Amino acid sequence: MEASTTTRAPVATPRVPSLGVARRRYGEDAIKLGLFLAALISVLTTVGIVISLLGETIVFFGEVSIVDFLTGTDWSPLFADPSYGVLPLISGTLLITAIALVVAIPLGLGSAIYLSEYARPRVRHTLKPILELLAGVPTIVFGYFALTFFTPVVLRDLLGVEVQVFNALSAGIVMGFMVLPTIASVSEDSLSAVPQSLREGAFGLGATQRQVSLRVVLPAALSGVVAAIILGISRAIGETMIVLVAAGQQPNLTADPRGAIETMTAFIAATGKGDLATGSVAYKTIFAVGATLFVMTLIMNALSIGFVRRFRQVYE
Amino acid sequence: MSALPASSSRARAKETSFRLLLLFCLFAAMALLATLVVDVLRDGLSQVDVQFITSFASFNPEIAGLFSALTGTLWLMAVCAAFVVPVGVATAVYLEEYADNNRWWNRLIEVNIQNLAAVPSIVYGILGLAFLVRGPLDLGRVVLAGALTLGLLVLPVVIIAGREAIRAVPPSIREGSLALGATQWQTIWRQVLPAAIPGIATGVILALSRAIGETAPLILVGAATYVAFNPSGLFSSFTALPLQIFDWLSRPQDEFKLLAAGAILVLLALLMSMNAVAIALRNRYERKW
Repeated sequence: MEASTTTRAPVATPRVPSLGVARRRYGEDAIKLGLFLAALISVLTTVGIVISLLGETIVFFGEVSIVDFLTGTDWSPLFADPSYGVLPLISGTLLITAIALVVAIPLGLGSAIYLSEYARPRVRHTLKPILELLAGVPTIVFGYFALTFFTPVVLRDLLGVEVQVFNALSAGIVMGFMVLPTIASVSEDSLSAVPQSLREGAFGLGATQRQVSLRVVLPAALSGVVAAIILGISRAIGETMIVLVAAGQQPNLTADPRGAIETMTAFIAATGKGDLATGSVAYKTIFAVGATLFVMTLIMNALSIGFVRRFRQVYE
Repeated sequence: MSALPASSSRARAKETSFRLLLLFCLFAAMALLATLVVDVLRDGLSQVDVQFITSFASFNPEIAGLFSALTGTLWLMAVCAAFVVPVGVATAVYLEEYADNNRWWNRLIEVNIQNLAAVPSIVYGILGLAFLVRGPLDLGRVVLAGALTLGLLVLPVVIIAGREAIRAVPPSIREGSLALGATQWQTIWRQVLPAAIPGIATGVILALSRAIGETAPLILVGAATYVAFNPSGLFSSFTALPLQIFDWLSRPQDEFKLLAAGAILVLLALLMSMNAVAIALRNRYERKW
């Protein structure tokens, strides 16, 4: 395919008709260049993200000590006497993520194993799209559900948990269901990719279906399953709307999920919605917190890619 | 499954309970989806009528509607599509048909797209705020800024779907076209792209349906949530369905929460019809070579 874009040097005495390109087609080159420039937009997006985060963050750390930012336990940047300790936001994010994972990992993996190892093909072809439907629900809808149904009806009335109107527990559990389809779908793909011969070998040795699923297929697909979980973690860390709507907007350094908390994402959204003056410190906090969030998801993404490379089992 | 004499009834009970446990996991996810839909229907169905769809936002819940949010969302979708379709398809064509994978810049583009797909949506909001709303472009909180932010957010989805659709066109079609003397671009434009259109269209619709429900980036680049007029152009302020839902949800009165449920129903109906079109397209034009 490269042949059409490269020109051959002109032959001095063309006795044999050349099979190369008759003349250089500049239109073709221009089109290729145009397509390349379009592809560059995605790179520019990354560059834009890094520049916008980094620029303001550096200015921010000129005014606020980076040590105070990373180790401070009080986050009140909009108060008259501001304090910039990001730990309450990080702990809020980690608390919500942990709750979400407690829900999403067992349920997601269970669904994946059922779909891949137990369900008949027809059942799988109807159930998997329904599961993916759950992934298509906008997160603001999950937020509505957590605030107006899950907290008052399920947690308070049905289970009798004493929670505040805005609480981390409800937001975390509902977020778990938001992350579940991601974990289920990606792990199901890697479970299904385990070659049939491994299963048949185990069955031949007298293993039961459960033993085959848990001791043969799951370990063989482990790299994909772990990648799915890491993907789920990074979605949970980056999720904004459920937390913003249902978890309150109070930065608390606490492990108690029954009260209100604030995550990094919720802080960015809550602060960015007002018309902040461009140069103000409050405006810069958005970028400092955004940079922290961005770095965390980048690490997750790198971990996921690294894990797949390192532990992937390749079968013939 | 296990017919060995050693496997007692206890072993069989273990097998059955494991199977039931797995079924429960799947059932829990389905049950939550069902509960969510029923809850939204119960709260929202009584809200949705002609008056609700054709009225503007108001501080009086009796007469408030989502007309400006609905038109805002349609504006966003149209502009977002106008940006994301050409750029996304061009990138997909470049990566599949032209890019030489041994060159570092082409590998960089690929890794970069993978990474972008994992960036939280709120970070795109920050990008939009810093570069489009303020900073170099200084557009303000207008339709164009919102649509471009959403466009950058879903660009990876369109590129990945476009690449898959292009890759599914068998090489023999390209070779046949080239052998007849067509140039590479003629081959792509007249053979490969027409054959890949159904796949690309499905991907674009799915990407737009993701963009339609995104709230977080719009909070940063969107207009004030109280907008009682329809957008008049690219540089007009706007609100959108998810923003309106968020605004109503943030108010303490229960009447507004019910309005939010009504707006969620409209949003879900819009999403479902887009997905139905995508599935219909895929089933109608899916071709096996």
